[in-house]
Amino acid sequence: MFNVKQKSAFKAAFPYTLPILTGFLFLGIAYGIYMTSLGFSPIFPILMSLFIFAGSMEFVTANLLLSGFNPIGAFLLTLMVNARHLFYGLSMLDKYQAAGKVSPYLIFGMCDESFSINVSTPVPPDVSAGDFYFFITLLNHLYWVTGATIGALFGSMLPFYPQGLDFVMTALLIVIFLEQWLKEDDHQSALIGMGLTLISLLFFGSNRFVIPAMIAILLVLIPLSHQKEGLKE
Amino acid sequence: MTATQQIITIIMVVLGTMTTRFLPFILFPANKATPVFIQSLGKVLPSAALGLLVIYCLKDINLLAGNHGIPELIAAAFVVILHVYKRNMLLSIAGGTFLYMVLISVFF
Repeated sequence: MFNVKQKSAFKAAFPYTLPILTGFLFLGIAYGIYMTSLGFSPIFPILMSLFIFAGSMEFVTANLLLSGFNPIGAFLLTLMVNARHLFYGLSMLDKYQAAGKVSPYLIFGMCDESFSINVSTPVPPDVSAGDFYFFITLLNHLYWVTGATIGALFGSMLPFYPQGLDFVMTALLIVIFLEQWLKEDDHQSALIGMGLTLISLLFFGSNRFVIPAMIAILLVLIPLSHQKEGLKE
Repeated sequence: MTATQQIITIIMVVLGTMTTRFLPFILFPANKATPVFIQSLGKVLPSAALGLLVIYCLKDINLLAGNHGIPELIAAAFVVILHVYKRNMLLSIAGGTFLYMVLISVFF
């Protein structure tokens, strides 16, 4: 199915996805159980995990499906919940555009975790970057769909529910942030991103802080990055 | 909602998600020169986006009620310390998650 080059990309990518294997199976199972507990047929969480592939939004969608029919409202709410993905796209423009025919799939599957790994991991020199990004994205997607499917079909048979395992996703993002931090000499952008988001969270609350944080980050970073480029020239 | 209305709602959520993921690539396609300020922004944005994401993950901590986010903060600090010392991604993540699970089941 895969050639030698792709196999080496798979081998390079797989270890980075292990924490996500744990996290997505766990959260996916929780999502599958949640959906069926609300009375939905298992096909709902299975197809939604496959096509929406944005964890928190899928939980929100469960509530949308239980309230009145409002397609435009659903669309706008999704834009707000997932607005952070705009930053991911802007960060990955060159890398994903250079990835060839898998590029649309990479963009489709750019969840928080796939973005974080692909933006921060140095691709090994003997591996094609496009193949590496592809396997990171594909594996994460598969884990999530598998988790949701297990939860939807077999959730009621599970003997116990490991409390707190979802922290694996937080730990992953902390480590990725830290790796990025240790790699760069200039921490200004990291501090701006974290600081302004924290201020926005304290100010606007956990339901509506992301968009104000993004606007604040752009307002500070655009002039700053422009200035830095100027200094280099 | 009828089944058709449910399907339409799900399609709208798919379209909304895809809009947030594809929009930058549609606005700045490979075959056209990306404005210089977007290129400059793209270089500094990854670190800021990861910083945003760390806070996003911790957003549901309530410092004023319940366990005051103590298990999350201790486990997060442990992840940072372990990672700075050992620099082993899987060890830091597994160690932090294990500590968190112990903390919430034993102490809080």
